[in-house]
Amino acid sequence: MAKAATTITAARAPAQAGRDFSAKGVKLAVLAPAERISLRAPEASIAALSKALGVTLPQKAKTSATKDGRTALRLGPDEWMVIDEKGNDPLADCAGVKQLHSAVGISHRNVAISVTGPAAAACINSGCPQDLSLAAFPVGACSRTILGKSEILLLRTAEDAFRVECWRSFSDYVFTFLAQAATDAAA
Amino acid sequence: MLLIRCPYCEEERPELEFRNAGEAHIARSTNIAAESDEDFEKFFFIRSNPKGIIFERWRHIHGCARFFNAVRDTVSDKFVMTYKAGEPKPDLAKIMKTDKPAAVAAEVDPQEDKTKKPAAKRAAQKGDA
Repeated sequence: MAKAATTITAARAPAQAGRDFSAKGVKLAVLAPAERISLRAPEASIAALSKALGVTLPQKAKTSATKDGRTALRLGPDEWMVIDEKGNDPLADCAGVKQLHSAVGISHRNVAISVTGPAAAACINSGCPQDLSLAAFPVGACSRTILGKSEILLLRTAEDAFRVECWRSFSDYVFTFLAQAATDAAA
Repeated sequence: MLLIRCPYCEEERPELEFRNAGEAHIARSTNIAAESDEDFEKFFFIRSNPKGIIFERWRHIHGCARFFNAVRDTVSDKFVMTYKAGEPKPDLAKIMKTDKPAAVAAEVDPQEDKTKKPAAKRAAQKGDA
């Protein structure tokens, strides 16, 4: 094999990088790339995985747990998404766990958009049929759901702030949809 | 919007998150090679398609992604109950006994709406024109 004599560097341009939008009461921003894994595991493996990841995997429907920039979102009875915003790879942390589990790196699959402001819930509700009142969807609640024609993952990070995760190929559609919804919510 | 209770999320969720997955409680033979052609046809193609109560599989595809079973009225589109996949088929007579007042109301109301509303709409449109 020939030696790699020169290191070729290419500037990566993540989808929708730096895009933002603001209207009265709603601010949209595409968030920085993060490390993400899709985690499937039976109940017997949860304790070991929680220890390895440093965040307790939540087991109640529609809940999430955050610790040191790492968030575990419960999507289904045996399915979680782990997002790390500090650049530590959760996939490497899971690699040492002996108990049965399946961890798949999906960092580049998703694009995250933050929706903040007093009209954030109204903005998302224009395309998402879920009840986003604080009683039904409190801070820390998360759910896979839909926005318009695209599937999204919704996480409430504060009373008036949401993180919307969508697939990269849907990100243009989702951002445009949210921008239009933000304009309508402001009106 | 129609709300469907997901037995895994233990919550009522909007119908847009769900997808129908055909009739429930159709067990595949453990020895499919030994099935007669008639029995295989019955298992593979023949569905009951009743007018009234049907047992169906549904999937919470844009949610927890789980399959579950539901008892639905095909006339009123009312979901009588939902239960987890793998649980035994509920006794229809028992469900209807506990659910009777609601079921009857659901069956009567939509029909009344159907006959009255379009007529009212048509009249309104004529008036506008």
